[in-house]
Amino acid sequence: MKLITAIIKPFKLDDVKTALQAFGVTGMTVSEASGFGRQRGHTEVYRGAEYTVDLVPKVRLEVLVDSPDAEKVIDVIVKAASTGSIGDGKVWSTPVESVVRVRTGERGVDAI
Amino acid sequence: MHFDTGDTAWILASAALVLLMTPGLAFFYGGMVRGKNVLGMLAQNFVTMGIVSVLWITGVYSLAFSGKGKLIGDLHQFGLNHIWQQATGFESLTIPPLVFCAFQLMFAIITPALITGGSADRMKFGAWVVFCALWLIVVYAPVAHWVFSPSGWLFKLGAEDFAGGTVVHANAGAAALALVLVLGKRKGWPKERMRPHNVPFVLLGAGLLWFGWFGFNAGSALGANTLSAYAFVNTNTATGAALLAWILTEKLRDGHATTLGAASGAVAGLVAITPACGFVSPMGSIAIGIAAGVICCLATGLKTFFKFDDALDVVGVHLVGGIAGALLIGLLGTKMTNGAGANGVLYKGGWTLMGHQAVAVIAVVAYSFVVTYILAKILDKVMGLRVSEEQEVAGMDLSLHAETAYENSSFSDGSRFLSSQQSAN
Repeated sequence: MKLITAIIKPFKLDDVKTALQAFGVTGMTVSEASGFGRQRGHTEVYRGAEYTVDLVPKVRLEVLVDSPDAEKVIDVIVKAASTGSIGDGKVWSTPVESVVRVRTGERGVDAI
Repeated sequence: MHFDTGDTAWILASAALVLLMTPGLAFFYGGMVRGKNVLGMLAQNFVTMGIVSVLWITGVYSLAFSGKGKLIGDLHQFGLNHIWQQATGFESLTIPPLVFCAFQLMFAIITPALITGGSADRMKFGAWVVFCALWLIVVYAPVAHWVFSPSGWLFKLGAEDFAGGTVVHANAGAAALALVLVLGKRKGWPKERMRPHNVPFVLLGAGLLWFGWFGFNAGSALGANTLSAYAFVNTNTATGAALLAWILTEKLRDGHATTLGAASGAVAGLVAITPACGFVSPMGSIAIGIAAGVICCLATGLKTFFKFDDALDVVGVHLVGGIAGALLIGLLGTKMTNGAGANGVLYKGGWTLMGHQAVAVIAVVAYSFVVTYILAKILDKVMGLRVSEEQEVAGMDLSLHAETAYENSSFSDGSRFLSSQQSAN
């Protein structure tokens, strides 16, 4: 099993969610995040004094998938989240040792 | 004694308008501090309304307006004794003396409240309470007497201050500078930038100030008449001009016209027209507004240059704006607006009025700075003015008042992001 983590532009969340649902993904976790990469932050000015805001708001989306699906899910996210401009984000996958569904106690792929 | 009901009604309404300025100021300042200190700022302003309301009628009104002393009043009207008698030199007023006392009370409230913008984010609440009470007695009462009371030495000299450019604004600005020097800088200033946590509050506060200022300035005619109409129109015109001048200065210097700049410009204009509103023409008020907008916008850079942490620019806006307005009367004063006034340089009055204005400015600023500095030093030795470093980092709201303004802790450092998220990067 793999955990796919994607950091994307907030306004792209709906597109990515729709694309993943169309692909057949049944669940995901979304949280607000902030950070910077090549896009860097922005500058604000108050009474002439400059304030640099390093961290840009982003959305973090996490999906648990069966290992054979991982690369396909990554492709779906990348396609849906892309605008072609700087700050589109990143997607990565990490191996997951075990997964349990809390309600039923099912384990492994059955719990996804 | 003949009382005019129209005059009396207007001054009672004006007194209420001026009271509203202090909560307005609290929001103007409160929006500019970081989210962990907003209640501390509101609390200092609200407690000032309590302290001054009680002290003023008890004895400070008498010290400021009773008696024939040139430097200070007397205690003839202590506890509002003999309040049926008009204040010395105000015998021809057409409003009851108690109405005049109530109107002047509201000025005495907002003047110390203005100082809180300089000392923001680091002064103990109890220390502020004691400082405010003593400052009212040793600084505000004598200065108000010098300038506002016809027996005061600056009034007798011929210095003009219609509604308090020297008594209120230059006075509070000089006091803020002295207090800031005794308190020291906020932890992290100027390296760490301290971003205003709620600019909409600042605009809300500026709007309330602008509204209340009509009572402050037009009410200072002490009647409902042509002079109060001049003060009203001059106040509004100068404020508009200063707002435009400030954002234009910003646009040319920084590339953006900001909402904070619009609010600051409006307040700078209100400050500068305060002493002049009953002595200049509406065209003159445009000149004063433009001058105030440009000068005060540039003057907010003084603190960075000279390294004094005047947190919310009380020096840049109130000291500099108050002085500018007081001196510009020397140029723009005209008897066409106010027969009791004098003509300035541009109205063929020569430099006499300018000389009187300069003396008033120097005397008020020097007295306020020196006495405030000594008072702050003594209080610092006796009770300590400043919160501990740990309290300062935690914020005034939590450490002094056991409250927080916002449920979402991500507002606590004035940044929109949790500090834990920042350190994770």
